[in-house]
Amino acid sequence: MSLELAANDGVIPTGHALAQSPLAVRGMTVSYGQTPVVFSVDMTVAEGAMTAIIGPNGAGKSTLLKAALGIVKPLAGQVSVFGKPLAGERHRIAYVPQRASVDWDFPTRVIDVVLMGLYRELGLLRRIRGQHRAKAMACLERVGMVDFADRQIGQLSGGQQQRVFLARALAQEADLYLLDEPFAGVDAATEKAIIDVLKSLKKDGKTVVAVHHDLATVADYFDRVFLINTRKIAEGTVAEAFTPENLDRTYGGRLATGQIDQLDLVAV
Amino acid sequence: MSGAEFVPLSLTPLLIGMFAAVACALPGNFLVLRRQALIGDAISHVVLPGIVVAFLVTGVVAAAPMLLGAAVAAILSVVMIEAIRRLGGIEPGAAMGLTFTTLFAAGVLLLEQSDTSGVHLDVEHALYGNLESLIWLDAIGWQSLVDASALAELPVELFRVAAALVGVCAFLWVFWRPLVLSTFDEGFARTLGVRTGSVGLALVIVAAVAAVAAFDAVGSIIVIAMFICPPAAARLMTNRLNMQLGWSVVFAVLSAVLGYVFAGFGPLWFGFDNAVSAAGMIATVSGVILGLSALFGPCRKRLGAPVV
Amino acid sequence: MLWDALTLQLGYNATLVTIGAALLGVSAGVTGTFLYLRKRALVSDAISHATLPGVALAFIVMVVLGADGRSLPGLLLGAAVSSWIGLLCVNWLTARTRLAEDAAIGAVLSVFFGFGIVLLTVIQTMTAGRAAGLEGFLLGSTAGMLFNDAVVIAVGGAVTLALVVALRRPMGLVAFDPEFAASSGVNVRRIDLAIMGLALAVTVVGLKVVGLVLIVAMLIIPPVTARFWTDRTDKMAMISGICGGAAAWVGAAVSATAPSLPTGPIIVLTSFALFALSLLLAPNRGLLAVGVRHRRFQRRVHMRQGLLALAQGQPIFERFTLTLLRRAGLAHADGVATDDGKARAAKALRDETRWQVVRADQAFESAAALYDGLRDIETVLTNDQIAEIDRRIGSPKGVAT
Repeated sequence: MSLELAANDGVIPTGHALAQSPLAVRGMTVSYGQTPVVFSVDMTVAEGAMTAIIGPNGAGKSTLLKAALGIVKPLAGQVSVFGKPLAGERHRIAYVPQRASVDWDFPTRVIDVVLMGLYRELGLLRRIRGQHRAKAMACLERVGMVDFADRQIGQLSGGQQQRVFLARALAQEADLYLLDEPFAGVDAATEKAIIDVLKSLKKDGKTVVAVHHDLATVADYFDRVFLINTRKIAEGTVAEAFTPENLDRTYGGRLATGQIDQLDLVAV
Repeated sequence: MSGAEFVPLSLTPLLIGMFAAVACALPGNFLVLRRQALIGDAISHVVLPGIVVAFLVTGVVAAAPMLLGAAVAAILSVVMIEAIRRLGGIEPGAAMGLTFTTLFAAGVLLLEQSDTSGVHLDVEHALYGNLESLIWLDAIGWQSLVDASALAELPVELFRVAAALVGVCAFLWVFWRPLVLSTFDEGFARTLGVRTGSVGLALVIVAAVAAVAAFDAVGSIIVIAMFICPPAAARLMTNRLNMQLGWSVVFAVLSAVLGYVFAGFGPLWFGFDNAVSAAGMIATVSGVILGLSALFGPCRKRLGAPVV
Repeated sequence: MLWDALTLQLGYNATLVTIGAALLGVSAGVTGTFLYLRKRALVSDAISHATLPGVALAFIVMVVLGADGRSLPGLLLGAAVSSWIGLLCVNWLTARTRLAEDAAIGAVLSVFFGFGIVLLTVIQTMTAGRAAGLEGFLLGSTAGMLFNDAVVIAVGGAVTLALVVALRRPMGLVAFDPEFAASSGVNVRRIDLAIMGLALAVTVVGLKVVGLVLIVAMLIIPPVTARFWTDRTDKMAMISGICGGAAAWVGAAVSATAPSLPTGPIIVLTSFALFALSLLLAPNRGLLAVGVRHRRFQRRVHMRQGLLALAQGQPIFERFTLTLLRRAGLAHADGVATDDGKARAAKALRDETRWQVVRADQAFESAAALYDGLRDIETVLTNDQIAEIDRRIGSPKGVAT
């Protein structure tokens, strides 16, 4: 084995065609027990675009995201973030986990949750000062939650909880935003607020990737799609990849044709 | 009560009880929030085999090797629980129950098999300690607090629990943010580069150190009670984490003081002339406090549907 | 001596205790299975520690009434009452406050136990230094047990076992799928209560034999052991019962041979030995089997991914993948495929395409369900079906061999 290969083990070598993508995943396989939920997936996220990860339930959408972030350990695969290993680039990533993944009965306030987004800035012992609070409040402002800053988090509705999580991600001031089902179980006003924020992020040149389950809104919200059902099915702009054939392959023919027709797809 | 009576007989047990209670209650807050309350239970049970093995290895009843043995046993039990849980796919409660009963059984068997008749080493002592005996014989009154020769004779347990308390506080102060982050939202914490696994292990090790130091002075029953009851009661009083820690300290101190006083003087009020177990009474008081806050605490209910 | 003990030839009392312990072990194993499946294994820890104040109060009451404080049935009745109260406290704390069950269990067990200790010191005062013998309930002791006590244990063991056997069906239903059980007319709440009640009965009867600290082991370790051998509820209960019974039999018998071999610890350690063996050696879920399987699975995944990368002309970045390919003679050290590798890669890519057809076509739904990315397509479909798929794909493509 060549030394060069050994040195780059686990990381996509710089200079490779994919290397400058905000998030590039190669040969990612994750299995729970003996069943792979994500198998040999390659993903190249386009910079400055909004990408939806789409697939049926249990198709590995969230798992792919978690494996890319190092939250779950993959069986095989490499990840690069802006062409470098993940470990050194964490400050450029903001992550919004699924709302249901935390205990909302935890004794803390909305503002404290947003301040968690400043962890890398604050470190272990630096004091929280006025400027940090001001930044957190500005992020709450962007999601329309300023009035709730002192609320106990358990008092929030599902949509409000989701907005708080988004505000925390904004506080991270990242270049790449990864969101796991941000629209699951939220009210219409929240959905609108979230998509507005995401679009403004895009305007600022940030990259957004979201696990998404509502096929009807894909074309409105996103530029690009990544279709997955354990395997990668397709990847590309909405016009290229969000086609009836690809959806049919993604959902294994289980999506009624009527449903696909209603999506008003751009014919290719 | 005069200083001449209070200082030598009650001051040190009170302080030791308070320090031990607080040292256990502080990490207990995080254990309770992380649904690991029973780790404290497991740790305090495995302290016995640790001590017995240390005695069998060294052949003497000395504090240092025994504390070390207890700490090693506590850490070993945590590793064993994790291993059984992960490798065998066993639910955490069962893995805990399996581990601590087995280690405790091994401890009792070893104790029975070895010749410990000449030394003060028995299961009852391990369970409920002997807080009342930790007196300061050289003290003659409040003035002894500035008397170097008398201070030198303070019970060594006092320094041990004080050191444990300082260690616990330092740990919580330094690692507050990663602890809170990984307790509230483990996945998010990992994306920030926080080693949530190490943080969890460190918390358990700190709890084990506090348990071992406290156990040496007051027995394991207080350790379990203080890990759980003050933090649980505190959770019912407030919705802010730092306030919760504050309440838990208040409750721990209150349990220690009231428990000690009731144990020493309560029986006199009822016409008995012998004191009852201080450790047991401290645990009982902490339970009464928990019961009261479960009935009347302002934040006792789980927050339900949105208020807005 | 040991053989005599195991074959019940050490006198009438020892025999009764051994039989009683074994019956108790079986019922503990079976009851524990349902506790474990309901994810409430450690509730038993609260139950057992909560017996202590009951034992002590019963003693005090009996003495005050002028009876012998050491009457075993009386003490056990006290234990049952106070542990029932402890159980109610656990349920109340979890239902009425925001506390999670583990905190409720820990609080109840430590507070009840602490209060029990207080009462024990009160008893020491009352009896003016004469040992009341209640310490025996902490760690259990069968040495020098009275005939009447032995009878209580044997009968208690038999009665709990009879109850367990009578209730095993509904308990199994509830443990396996409470919603289905409710829909088929089982009163889930009442059965849950019965499971708790049985756990309590086992605890109380076993107090004198293994002591309150270790009795939980009889409810927890056998079911965990049984879990390694089967996925079926009824089998699990049976295996657990056998493990529990065997451990209790050995424990009680061994400890009858020497005073320095206390019953409780021997039972627990025997039980643990059975567990450790199962953890290592069980055919499906044992560590050895799982380790070997995981390793093999990982190899298959890397091999497959490597072949696909070769077929698509992509570079292989992972060292492990390359090593595997190289060892199998499919690739050179620089990542270029050998002739053999090219052929296998083309086949892998072709199978991928075939699978895509299979998964997109509802006619193949049952075959598609078996898809895991690794399986050879020949193992799932007939040659005719494969030919049909190939016809749809058209002429073979991929790396030329």
